[in-house]
Amino acid sequence: MTTEKTRPRLRTLDPTVHPAYLHEAYTSSVRRAPHELLIPLPHTLADDTGPVFGEGRIRPDDHDTTRNGRVNGEPLGERIIVRGRLLDSSGRPVRGALIETWQANAAGRYVHTRDQHAAPLDPNFTGTARMLTDEHGEYELISIKPGSYPWRNHHNAWRPAHIHFSVFGQNFTQRLVTQMYFPGDPLLAYDPIYGGIPDEKGRRRLISRFDLELTQPEWALGYRFDLVLGGDAQTPWEEAHG
Amino acid sequence: MTLSPETSNISAEDFGPSPSQTVGPYFHQGLVFGQGLVHGEENVMVSPTSPAAGERVTLRGRVLDGDGEPVPDALVEVWQADAHGRYPHPADPEHAQADPHFRGFGRSDTQHPGHTFVFHTVKPGAVVRPGQPTLAPHLQLWVGMRGLLTHTVTRVFFEGEDNSADPVFASLPEGRRHTLVARREETPGGTVYHFDLRMQGEGETVFFDV
Repeated sequence: MTTEKTRPRLRTLDPTVHPAYLHEAYTSSVRRAPHELLIPLPHTLADDTGPVFGEGRIRPDDHDTTRNGRVNGEPLGERIIVRGRLLDSSGRPVRGALIETWQANAAGRYVHTRDQHAAPLDPNFTGTARMLTDEHGEYELISIKPGSYPWRNHHNAWRPAHIHFSVFGQNFTQRLVTQMYFPGDPLLAYDPIYGGIPDEKGRRRLISRFDLELTQPEWALGYRFDLVLGGDAQTPWEEAHG
Repeated sequence: MTLSPETSNISAEDFGPSPSQTVGPYFHQGLVFGQGLVHGEENVMVSPTSPAAGERVTLRGRVLDGDGEPVPDALVEVWQADAHGRYPHPADPEHAQADPHFRGFGRSDTQHPGHTFVFHTVKPGAVVRPGQPTLAPHLQLWVGMRGLLTHTVTRVFFEGEDNSADPVFASLPEGRRHTLVARREETPGGTVYHFDLRMQGEGETVFFDV
């Protein structure tokens, strides 16, 4: 557009970063992957904008799945603290962004009617959290380490332990849903979802880092998990104000 | 900002965008973030009593796989301007005049009867800004599902509008433009726009590299 400055074009679907649509080892992709090449999107105002979520809709325990699903006690499992930053592709913090997470419980079972895995549900755990990034682009999730679970993609298929992360950035083209994995998980090597990421560096970005400094004595293990969005969070109105 | 190895899981040489992963089949459990609406349902972008300006419309459709079968576990999100073509976001020079009763974002799963996604919204206005091509009324649409490691993005245009001058619509191969036009139907319950997504094969929906 004529008024656009020399801002880098947003590219969230960079094929060197994101998995291909068709990844045959992931059998569900075979009938769902688009066949046609993506068409470049002419940049318009629609791409500079996106939903803004404010503090008003976050409740105090929303970021803490060890509290927000309690019915008659504490959820079972290994408590974890996940702390990280949301950055743009230039390394700048993305502030005030909504992050939502969902996950299986410690036994590897989701609170979902379609999950019929023969593992127990936890009456005090839903596995859902949400939070906004702070002025440093930082968030904190308190949760339970999710269990691995079987799925029927192939013989003896088990998902590595993971937490789903859904992130709204500064505009709708930065929208990202991804998964956080745990260091040293032996199942990563066999997982076609994780393995669909084309680049080794990209795969490593989704593995959290154990952090003894963040670990709290007698209470919870700490993990670091930074997220980087495609595109550039430096917005025209920020430029205007230096 | 610098990432230090003591506090980040991403080393300096690995720095780059976080790769996309599938939403999986169980994403519904994360979809309870309300819109500030009475209903608290994220696909109800305007409640029946909302004072938001504009024509009330329902956008309804299916996500069809390569066999033409409806996908029962897709996540569909939309982002749109208000009835006057304004976005409630500071990057829009007219955001101060945006309709305070309309937030522009909605999401729906395809679990509804018939494996359809449904949005109750207002029809967006054309986006008219000085020095820029006018954008025909449209929604951005984001789709994730089990089986998609990376989401897809497309746009929805409206039957009966002059879409030909829209820079995005005009950039499409002519033979594929129809895949992005929602079909209008007047029903006893109000105006419904139908928009099916075809993930692959004959009549495959245009998806964008944004």
